[in-house]
Amino acid sequence: MLGFLKQPVVVTAEINMNLVALTVMGLVNRLWALSYPRAVVFDEVYYGQFVSLYMKRIFFVDDSGPPFGHMLLAFGGYLGGFDGNFLWNRIGAEYSMNVPVWSLRLLPALTGALCVPLAYQILVELHFSHCAAFGAALLILFENSLITQSRLMLLESVLIFFILLAILSYLKFYNLQKCSPFTAGWWFWLLLTGVACSCAVGVKYMGLFTYMLLLAIAGVHSWHLIGDQTLSNVSVLCHLLARGLALVVVPVAMYLSFFYVHLTVLYRSGPHDQIMTSAFQASLEGGLARITQGQPLEVAYGSQITLRNVLGKPVPCWLHSHKNTYPIRYENGRGSSHQQQVTCYPFKDVNNWWIVKDPGMQQLVVSNPPRPVRHGHIVQLVHGITTRYLNTHDVAAPLSPHSQEISCYIDYNISMPAQNLWRVEIVNRESDTDVWKTILSEVRFVHVNTSAVLKLSGASLPEWGYRQLEIIGEKLSKGHHQSMLWNVEEHRYGKSQEQKEREVELHSPTQADISKNLSFMARFTELQWKILTLKNEDTEHKYSSSPLDWITMDTNIAYWFHPISGAQIHLIGNILTWASANVATLVYVCLFLWYLLRRRRKICDIPEDAWRLWVSAGGLCVGGWAVNYLPFFMMEKTLFLYHYLPALTFQILLIPVVLQHLTDHLCRSQLPKNMFSALMVAWFSSIYLVYRTFSPLTYGEPTLSAAELRSLRWKDSWDILIRKH
Amino acid sequence: MGSYYINRTFFFDVHPPLGKMLIGLAGYLSGYNGTFPFQKPGDRYGHHNYIGMRGFCAFLGSCLVPFAYLIVLELSKSLSAALLAASILIFDTGCITLSQYILLDPILMFFLMGAVLSMVKYNSCAVRPFSAPWWFWLSLTGVNLAGAIGVKFVGLFVVLLVGLNTVYDLWELLGDLSLSLVTLGKHLLARVFCLILLPLVLYTAQFAVHFAVLNKSGPGDGFFSSAFQSRLIGNNLHNVSVPEHLAYGSVITMKNLRMAGGYLHSHWHLYPEGVGARQQQVTAYLHKDLNNLWVIKKHDSNTADHLDPSCSVEFVRHGDVIRLEHKETSRNLHSHQHEAPMTRKHFQVTGYGINGTGDANDFWRIEVVGRKSGKRIKVLRSQIRLTHLATGCILGSSGKTLPKWGWEQVEVTCTPYVKETPNALWNVEDHINPKLPNISLDVLKPSFPEILLESHMVMIRGNSGLKPKENEVTSKPWHWPINYQGLRFSGVNETDYRVYLLGNPVVWWLNLVTIGLYLLMATCTIVAIKRGAQLTVEFKELSEVLLHSGGKIMLGWLLHYLPFFMMGRVLYFHHYFPAMLFSSMLTGITWDTLLKFCAGCLSCSMGKRVYTYGMLALMLLIVYR
Repeated sequence: MLGFLKQPVVVTAEINMNLVALTVMGLVNRLWALSYPRAVVFDEVYYGQFVSLYMKRIFFVDDSGPPFGHMLLAFGGYLGGFDGNFLWNRIGAEYSMNVPVWSLRLLPALTGALCVPLAYQILVELHFSHCAAFGAALLILFENSLITQSRLMLLESVLIFFILLAILSYLKFYNLQKCSPFTAGWWFWLLLTGVACSCAVGVKYMGLFTYMLLLAIAGVHSWHLIGDQTLSNVSVLCHLLARGLALVVVPVAMYLSFFYVHLTVLYRSGPHDQIMTSAFQASLEGGLARITQGQPLEVAYGSQITLRNVLGKPVPCWLHSHKNTYPIRYENGRGSSHQQQVTCYPFKDVNNWWIVKDPGMQQLVVSNPPRPVRHGHIVQLVHGITTRYLNTHDVAAPLSPHSQEISCYIDYNISMPAQNLWRVEIVNRESDTDVWKTILSEVRFVHVNTSAVLKLSGASLPEWGYRQLEIIGEKLSKGHHQSMLWNVEEHRYGKSQEQKEREVELHSPTQADISKNLSFMARFTELQWKILTLKNEDTEHKYSSSPLDWITMDTNIAYWFHPISGAQIHLIGNILTWASANVATLVYVCLFLWYLLRRRRKICDIPEDAWRLWVSAGGLCVGGWAVNYLPFFMMEKTLFLYHYLPALTFQILLIPVVLQHLTDHLCRSQLPKNMFSALMVAWFSSIYLVYRTFSPLTYGEPTLSAAELRSLRWKDSWDILIRKH
Repeated sequence: MGSYYINRTFFFDVHPPLGKMLIGLAGYLSGYNGTFPFQKPGDRYGHHNYIGMRGFCAFLGSCLVPFAYLIVLELSKSLSAALLAASILIFDTGCITLSQYILLDPILMFFLMGAVLSMVKYNSCAVRPFSAPWWFWLSLTGVNLAGAIGVKFVGLFVVLLVGLNTVYDLWELLGDLSLSLVTLGKHLLARVFCLILLPLVLYTAQFAVHFAVLNKSGPGDGFFSSAFQSRLIGNNLHNVSVPEHLAYGSVITMKNLRMAGGYLHSHWHLYPEGVGARQQQVTAYLHKDLNNLWVIKKHDSNTADHLDPSCSVEFVRHGDVIRLEHKETSRNLHSHQHEAPMTRKHFQVTGYGINGTGDANDFWRIEVVGRKSGKRIKVLRSQIRLTHLATGCILGSSGKTLPKWGWEQVEVTCTPYVKETPNALWNVEDHINPKLPNISLDVLKPSFPEILLESHMVMIRGNSGLKPKENEVTSKPWHWPINYQGLRFSGVNETDYRVYLLGNPVVWWLNLVTIGLYLLMATCTIVAIKRGAQLTVEFKELSEVLLHSGGKIMLGWLLHYLPFFMMGRVLYFHHYFPAMLFSSMLTGITWDTLLKFCAGCLSCSMGKRVYTYGMLALMLLIVYR
């Protein structure tokens, strides 16, 4: 019964002191004086506003990336008890007392510190010596740019952490593959790879590059597995399925879950609502939901509605008309119908209200019971305030002469009859007898006489149209572009037949109650699509740079500048490390090609094992560098030096790989080996020296004098701020 | 475009000259006199003789069919596959339309298919290297490559295809230990010579002919540098005679020294709100224009006394502080510490002041590169740098195109970084000063490589700058394989007959399905082989055809299709046609292999019948349209 007590309980712990030491050093080096400066530094101004919005649970859209990174930062704020009340408007602004600077910056700093032991582990898993691994960790430790980036509330260090974690767990998994597949450890590392990948992608889309690389490596390994004839077909299939599950299904599920949390946490309406469709907005608390709550669902004859264009570009707007007419002649001499203008107006206004009228009846109220409008029905649209009919005719539109003009009809008695019948086509209908629904239905209005389609052209009218957006009748209605789709946003059943009463009614807010729930997948698809397609104005930044500048670090970024003392923080790397990394890459590529050609001729300079190691380590490091760097040449967005940091991390990992290879295989006798070691010591100390020299710019203290700053300007293209006295 | 060659006027186009030269030649031989304007699609030819040019293009276009036949035959050794591929091309309406008119595409496709054909041929000669046919096909590949790239830059993709194929080829040879290093070296050299040097020489020769034929000034001059223009008869820089030294009061134009740099330009329009100060725009403009004229003034004295004929001429010297006044608007060239519109690190350059009275920010120091102070400044030959006195920045052109408000002209900035780049250097091109004697200058005779390099820079810039015009039919690459939307070639009115470029839907959708089918079959085969499945000899051959020959064609399709997804310029439907040729050939090979597989699985006689009927069905399907 109590037999197990006969044996003493023994815990054997094996602690790699190297790892512990590296972790401690990393923590000290990244966390030291973390809350200094107590001011907004560089892009903190950007991420900070999202943290605030998270704290206030207000919905936002950020086109720079998926929400996981922002969520992590916000989690730090949550732990520190941040209430979100801070105006993130200016770099260099002092933080108020309620901002927990330390805990906001803690998470990036922690992940940055953990990159150091991760680098060590990766090299060990690649079967390199502990010495080489230690060297790699030290290089990461003393890399100024990585330190700067991880000590602030920024996302790159988190991204790098997840990238390294994914690589490490894949390597662990792969090493377990040979001896013990399908054990707990094997599953753990495999799943961790998938999770870390999805986290990396969730932090920034840049993570996709590494994810692709890992998938490619896994693909190559699986290919070898397929070729392994000792395995049965079934076990090969199991292996492939396990990989597919862990490396594809799990990341996708994780990615979705980020959005799920994001959408659950942010349930209040906020500044970016306008970008989203009405249905989406209605799912948020406050804002549109407050207005639309309790609207009747089905649009009926006599309904009073506002119509919003589904496209939402260039700005979201509503179909609008006002008393003013089109000018008789435009500036370019073309004539118009001189009828009442119809525009698209980006603000809520009483003139956005339209009434759906049955062409066969006179009344403008909803009968009892309401007669719903269905797909294919023919309606007239009456402008609420002016009671004129929406009309189009064979007159060229003001800015798009190839399309028809849309107007509200005024009868001038000049043999230009009213053509105001429109057919309602519900585009997202389920059956042909679908009812036109508020918010949910996306509707095209097809003109009965000319079969032109009501469309937002995207151009804004000149002064006479008050710079509102142009509405046209598109004759060639090919495709279903979103600019031709409209949905009912606000809606109520009209009750007053008299014009006076109706005006009062139109001015009054809508009321009543039904709530609408959009499924998670629908909301996710829409948000994801908006994130990918939303483009900010392409503004060039003072510190933006081109990818070619990055390799040689011809550029830096001034992150913060103390207005009085002149203390400053720069994103500036350890130039010696960068240069060595470049040399290592070059040496690697040359040696690789040399070996490859020679092996093809069956001349083996190095043993088979060493060659395989050389290929796998290089494939990982050089491949990681290439996939994280080269795609930037094809990107058109504004680029900064910090985009290079993930690539740089891989490049740094390559240095010890190359060094160890050189010592092992090229220095055969003892003497060169000793010399090499001495050289290494000297090189490492100089790297440390460079790190010390630039650390005032990394940590922001101590303050340097102008002369000292000038002496730090090692390259002419570096932008170090020197105050003129 | 051919007209230009016949008239020998210089012009500028984004494509290399070979295609247009060939059309021009065909027109010349058939008696076309080069007077038809070719302004817009739909114009009637009237009495002009255009049959020769059209016939030439149509002939090249119809060569595609036998080429496809030969390629597939060579690759798959199967007559039916070759017939299938060829019949697809015969009955594809898109190909017919495209090759009936005076366009570059039939010529491009001719060279492209020629290159692929000769590549395939020399691969099959590989058993007997260095024999006469081997040399013949190898060098023919090179010739065709030069042709393809000389017609349009899209030809680069086929160069890439041949390049990859050659690398693979060499790799195989390298692994063959029976060959000595010397033989390998010979192989390598032969390929370098035939596939790199020969095309390069031919390509350069095309340009030599191009420049030799076009020796008159024409509409494309402004894109090129002053030196380039001086070659052209009729250009105002040809056999130029201008006052040699710059003097105060002179009216000048300044040209930026970077490749395809523009003239310093200004106009009445202001910078829009939010872009620096709301002052008059200063840009670089590629065309000759009155707004390019500037007047050199002293920084401290006013205008009138220099124009006074009695006053003696005072020359501008190196290191002088000057003011540049825009002639049309009489504003001064001005800079200040506002951000430039595109390059945020630089300062904005504006036109400022009324009738020449401005402020201290209008003063520039004029310097000549590599000269001592006090020397006079020469027109055309001196490389000038203008330094802003107040901020110390240098006037330069960043090469970025301004948005709509700047009429898509090129940005001019004042850069605070003092670097020796052509961006920041200018030369004086026109120089008008009635008081100075004109001296004939036979200055700048650019060498051929310089002209070549420059014309390429200009072409590349032009290519990336192509933007869609209003209401033009453009399309996205994913529209193409599914035959989503055609391209209207001609016929503006409803009544006129129209020419509409649209593929044969059956063919195109068959091609599309085949690509999927091919991928599936290739994956199955390759996995089966990797798992060590035992194949009969017949199957082995088939899978060889499928993987190697099909792989080559598939690679060709990918290379001619995928890059378009990354291109920023305007894309049209006809860009897909080279890729379509490859996918048609792939269709031939894939279906043939598939049917043979099926035939092999079934019993002998039964199998033969299935194979024959399958082939017939496919043929009929195509002919049916």
